[in-house]
Amino acid sequence: MTGATDCIIEIRNLWTQFGLQVVHRDLNLCVHRGEVLSLVGGSGSGKSTLLREMLGLEHPTQGEVKVFGISLRDGDPAELNRIRNRWGMLFQEGALFSALSVYENIALPLRELKTLDDELIHDLVMLKLDMVGIERGHAAKMPSSLSGGMVKRIGLARALSLEPELLFLDEPTAGLDPDRSESFCTLIAHLKRELGLTVVMVTHDLDTIVSISDRVAVLADQKIAALGTVAEVAAVPHPFIVNFFQGERGKRALEGLKLPQPAPDAPLRQAH
Amino acid sequence: MASSAAENQDFPSLSVERNADGQAVVKVAGAWNLRAIQPLARALREQLTGHTSGAHWDLSDVSRMDHAGAMMLWRAWGKQRAGHLNLRPEHEGFFAHLEAGPALADLRVKPVERRRRLWVAGRSVVTLGQHMIDVVLLLGKVSLAFVDAVRHPSRMPWKEISANIYRTGAQALGITALVGFLIGVVLSYLSAQQLKAYGAGIFIVNLLGISVVRELGPVLAAILVAGRSGSAMTAQLGVMRVTEEIDAMSVMGIPYTLRLVLPRVIALAISMPLIVLWTNAIALIGGMVAAQYELDISVSYFLAELPNAVPVANLWLGLGKGLVFGGLIALLACHFGLRIQPNTESLGIGTTNSVVAAITIVIIVDAIFAILFSSVGV
Repeated sequence: MTGATDCIIEIRNLWTQFGLQVVHRDLNLCVHRGEVLSLVGGSGSGKSTLLREMLGLEHPTQGEVKVFGISLRDGDPAELNRIRNRWGMLFQEGALFSALSVYENIALPLRELKTLDDELIHDLVMLKLDMVGIERGHAAKMPSSLSGGMVKRIGLARALSLEPELLFLDEPTAGLDPDRSESFCTLIAHLKRELGLTVVMVTHDLDTIVSISDRVAVLADQKIAALGTVAEVAAVPHPFIVNFFQGERGKRALEGLKLPQPAPDAPLRQAH
Repeated sequence: MASSAAENQDFPSLSVERNADGQAVVKVAGAWNLRAIQPLARALREQLTGHTSGAHWDLSDVSRMDHAGAMMLWRAWGKQRAGHLNLRPEHEGFFAHLEAGPALADLRVKPVERRRRLWVAGRSVVTLGQHMIDVVLLLGKVSLAFVDAVRHPSRMPWKEISANIYRTGAQALGITALVGFLIGVVLSYLSAQQLKAYGAGIFIVNLLGISVVRELGPVLAAILVAGRSGSAMTAQLGVMRVTEEIDAMSVMGIPYTLRLVLPRVIALAISMPLIVLWTNAIALIGGMVAAQYELDISVSYFLAELPNAVPVANLWLGLGKGLVFGGLIALLACHFGLRIQPNTESLGIGTTNSVVAAITIVIIVDAIFAILFSSVGV
């Protein structure tokens, strides 16, 4: 099961430039089928840009992004449209269609298939609402009358409505209370088990990273500075990683993992 | 794990077989996920209708399953678990989920009740009244802010006023010139046809002069500015409202009437008369050009005759109208912008309403002017 065929997303020699500013320099990444990959990095490190490039919303200056083995830049347009039904995206602010009710928002991708009958769509929408823990009484409400946490969960229900194989999450737990973030993580882990979902997630939340990610990719210095399990990445002596994982909050989150912590008095080697 | 090639060939299928005891068994096989059943949904639904939860079901050959596939079978079973069900253990979770959920029936989203006509009519009258009250309140707030800013000139939002004059005035010169010129040409050409018949060609100066300077210039400019700058103001304030920028200003103790509404109203009240003057001039030039060709009235004669034909009071009246129209357009644009709800539909409706209301009010006020000043300048 190893090798190039196992990559559900393959990024090769990717460069992104905005004017003179280089965001990604010769970046390579492979996301394996069935894993949860967390993308972390400081603000402005190009995490969101990379996510948008994986979705084909932006194109890299140079290099190639392949999803399901299809190049997002040169792929056949019909083929590209088909893969858009195989992935789902949860935007940071939910990006619900404000002119449509909660029910219509989740039903929209199913309706667009044009083959399912209204009753089946109705039952599927209700099932998705149950899955993300939204009471059905909210189905007729408009997005503007919902709280931020609810918008996010409905956004997830919409992202899941086409039963995707690949799920992108942009800051899924930001703005959720701890209890909700916990149940969000449980939900993602459950879906991954049940549907064999592959998840790519941009997040700052250490608890989320520790609890559900199989691998962590650290974006720093315009490339993937470290890639591996949480324990492996946390041990890399890169200044950003040291700050991120070895701070007070990081230590608390990592406690559950029981990984070899560097001795507090050991001098940390700078990577550069 | 199935490779992607196998997945494509894996059609969902349904067949009836006999088991060892001679009982009918509905055998479900292939991929029962959304991607596979979606193109065949209609045919599968028909195939499923004949079979109920009472039958024996064998799902052990199902290669892939997801919630949509499970739901399709679940619905065929009358939303309960089939009595005799043979199922792969990894697919158990989907049905357990459905079983645990509340009954799926009778939770349909009820369509919004159709409202009675009288109620709709009453509601629109109340809304109109509410708008009027709100506009008057906003005018009051802006006036208070203006008085305050006059007393403390350091608080006057000079930069915003200047930026808005540029945006609503200088940047509108092109479009008003184009429209003004064409209207001048058309008006002059058509009038010339009629005047020629009576041999009264030289009255083209009176006709054009009065109509453009007193009526057409101000109204034309106001309609263009309402469509151009009024809608922009509404959309801008609307987006600021959606993104809570206006709330952020209020929290900082910066009154939005002073910083957002007042500069727009003042700027448009200053730039509108200037645009009116500009539109008048261009429309008259257009008229002169057409008169030269149609009636052989030279430009120098036209210019020499204009002050005699058109009393200067008409110009002042036109400019005064411009000032009032400008203030009203900006006030209405801000009023509608501040009422926008945080959704895209409201933004569209608000902008449309703002332009429609502004143009209507401009024409109503123009009629009032016509009555009040009927003895001036004619």
